[in-house]
Amino acid sequence: MNHDYHKDISGCGLTGLISKKKRRVSGREIVKSLCLMTDRGNGLGAGYAAYGIYPEFKDCYALHVMYDDPEVRWSVEDHLKANYKVEKIEEIPTSPVKAIPISPLLMRYFVSPLKDKLAGETAADDFVVNTVMKVNSEIGGAYIFSSGKNMGAFKGVGNPSDIAEFFRIDEYEGWTWTAHTRFPTNTPGWWGGAHPFTLLDWSIVHNGEISSYGINKRYLEMYGYKLTLLTDTEAAAYMLDLLIRRHGLDISTACQALASPFWKAIDGMNEGERDALTALRQTYGSALLNGPFSILFGHGGGLVGINDRIKLRPLVAASKDDVVYMASEESAIRTICPSPDKVWAPRAAEPVIVEFE
Amino acid sequence: MFRSLALPEYLATIDQVKCIRCKRCIQNCGWGVYSWGWDKVLINTSKCVKCLRCYHYCPEEAIEIRDNPTRYKQNACWGYNNIRNIKRQAETGGIPLTGMGSDLPYPILFDNLLIDACQVTNPSIDPLREPMELRTYLGKKPSQLEFERGADGKPRLKTRMPPQIKLSLPVMFSPMSFGSISLNAQKVLAQAAAACGTVMNTGEGGLHEDLFPYKSNIIVQVASGRFGVNPDYLNAGVAVEIKIGQGAKPGIGGHLPGEKIPLEVARAHMIPVGTDAISPAPQHDIYSIEDLRQLIYAIKETTGYKPVSVKIAAVHNVAAIASGIVRAGADIVYLDGFRGGTGAAPSIIRDHLGIPIEHAIAAVDDRLRQEGIRNEASIVAAGGIRSSADAAKAIALGADAVAIATAALITMGCTTCGKCYTGNCSWGITTQRPELTARLDPEVYAERLINLIHAWEHELKEILGALGINAIESLRGNRERLRGVGLDAQTLDILGVKPAGR
Repeated sequence: MNHDYHKDISGCGLTGLISKKKRRVSGREIVKSLCLMTDRGNGLGAGYAAYGIYPEFKDCYALHVMYDDPEVRWSVEDHLKANYKVEKIEEIPTSPVKAIPISPLLMRYFVSPLKDKLAGETAADDFVVNTVMKVNSEIGGAYIFSSGKNMGAFKGVGNPSDIAEFFRIDEYEGWTWTAHTRFPTNTPGWWGGAHPFTLLDWSIVHNGEISSYGINKRYLEMYGYKLTLLTDTEAAAYMLDLLIRRHGLDISTACQALASPFWKAIDGMNEGERDALTALRQTYGSALLNGPFSILFGHGGGLVGINDRIKLRPLVAASKDDVVYMASEESAIRTICPSPDKVWAPRAAEPVIVEFE
Repeated sequence: MFRSLALPEYLATIDQVKCIRCKRCIQNCGWGVYSWGWDKVLINTSKCVKCLRCYHYCPEEAIEIRDNPTRYKQNACWGYNNIRNIKRQAETGGIPLTGMGSDLPYPILFDNLLIDACQVTNPSIDPLREPMELRTYLGKKPSQLEFERGADGKPRLKTRMPPQIKLSLPVMFSPMSFGSISLNAQKVLAQAAAACGTVMNTGEGGLHEDLFPYKSNIIVQVASGRFGVNPDYLNAGVAVEIKIGQGAKPGIGGHLPGEKIPLEVARAHMIPVGTDAISPAPQHDIYSIEDLRQLIYAIKETTGYKPVSVKIAAVHNVAAIASGIVRAGADIVYLDGFRGGTGAAPSIIRDHLGIPIEHAIAAVDDRLRQEGIRNEASIVAAGGIRSSADAAKAIALGADAVAIATAALITMGCTTCGKCYTGNCSWGITTQRPELTARLDPEVYAERLINLIHAWEHELKEILGALGINAIESLRGNRERLRGVGLDAQTLDILGVKPAGR
């Protein structure tokens, strides 16, 4: 078993918004919100995720791939063409930015799995996950950093405004946005290491350090996940994929596995709920994300914000009309929504779950 | 009179000026070291085992027990014990016996592992201010759960949960039979287990009726002699343990001599008074993993599907064996490392067979994860757990809980003299002599054991707090928070632990 790895640690700032009516919002908003939190990043990583940005290819998986070595592109594309119907191949549009003199080759592919490759019961989602795992762990120099439908992640090494300009974030319109600025404390910047971290239509931005990472990683490995990035965020993303997509837990139950209520609270619940949560902790103890974190995770059906069990990292939420905002700092919300209807600080381990109307 | 050429290990000495002739030493020594010689205490030092009972009960501090300074000629190859055992064997033709865990200087890997702590990037947590959870459930867990929403919108469990043993902290007491230890010693364990929310284990000796009130804190054991086993016994605790082997004596059975079988022990064992209780090396209905499966399910049928634990000694191929045990239906795999204690074992076996518990935990946890069945059984680790730090390291390596026996006996007065097999324990622990067992007041000594468990509980919480986690399940198998010092690359690889500095 691989244990001789170096875990990636960073502090961060995060922000996100969602229109419950699926009204598409310009990327300009989220960029403004993120760029306010200058103390929360050190210019070594920033990124954005947006939902609803590819309406013309909404039924295809949009694979965003970065190539540290452009030569590798051909072997990845051979693999994709052998397994998928490829609707479109293009470079991700970028603008030259002075502060970003070098970048990996960034490509995007709109694909759907070939019918005859989906043997037996294998669902299309599982097939795509396998492709992501295979490329990211086996093909050196290539990295799939986004793989959902009608959504995409854009991220790299740089400060939030430069990354936004580089990826031309203001040209996209989406109904859910998450964004992240990074303060890594022990790793040289790597484009793949920036947030958001995504798998299928899950996207995660995360602030914190998951002190239980060692067991979370080993638990996920038992279910075939390969943790190549060695970041807490990756572990959180795969955990959500395991609990929600593969084990069929609903979002609020999955959140209670990731940030469990204390036994004292569980013991005081009514019998049915007590039995349910006792079993949840007994069964998913290794899925508990322990340590300071606040996480925003976007998915095809909405946006969720959650804190660790004793709220060791900040998270503020606000709502205005059909839009819900969540961020590390209230100021990051007020800079784009000066007078929200409601502002609140979610309690420890109590998720804010927003779904489309 | 025949005088052994094996040197006495200790010199019991009395300062005749300080001695007030109170004769407490004569009364307290279970070994017959002291006798009254008209005007002073006489000493037969060859019988002394350095249990220090006399030392503690001498009101004048007149007694000193020294290691015998007379040794055989210094020899780097022929050590003291080598020569002494040969002399004893030459005199008796027998197998030198011993008690306790091995005292040979094998490496103790726990002492080469260090635990992480938080600084800046992740905050440590103060256990005096924040909740810190040690609660542990032992038993089979489903790999996934199914819920539905109740009318109140709260989740309701649809999956049927297998039975679990609830522990307030991941520390339990290892099996020690009535026979190997006194009933009073078992009562200490039972009372402390009840007070601390953990479990004791009957060992292979049946269950004395005085322990019936503690049934929710007892695991009953079925071993190769099947002593005391009947349907009531199997149903008397929270779980049943099948003992295949013991770390101190893997591959061999047990022998409780008839002299140690008075009426009470005989009743619990369900054998006639004064007969030898011989536990065969293997269980004679288990010659393969399929046979084990049959016994596991026979017990489950008898008990209405209580959890079944299978205890094995840590041996070279422990990972594959444990995997088989889990697939055979066990709910708990109890691993006993070679440093584990014993009431009686041939010293040649105790000191030379088996592997350390640290390797065994790592190998078993890895294997069960590789096979995707880690959730199917809990792992209990025993055999040389000396402190809460050892417990924390064992859990970080992958154990669900640890079991302690020697540490518990030390709270009752044990000094690890290693002469448990003689039945003369002056502290009233490993003896059935009524004048000796009467010394061990269960109420008094239970309090000391409860103190120990509470102290370890506090220490474990401090360790978790320093690690920045507030639930024991976040330490379990979290080898990322351990580092090795002075370990070679291959050992680190087996343990799945990085060297310090990485």
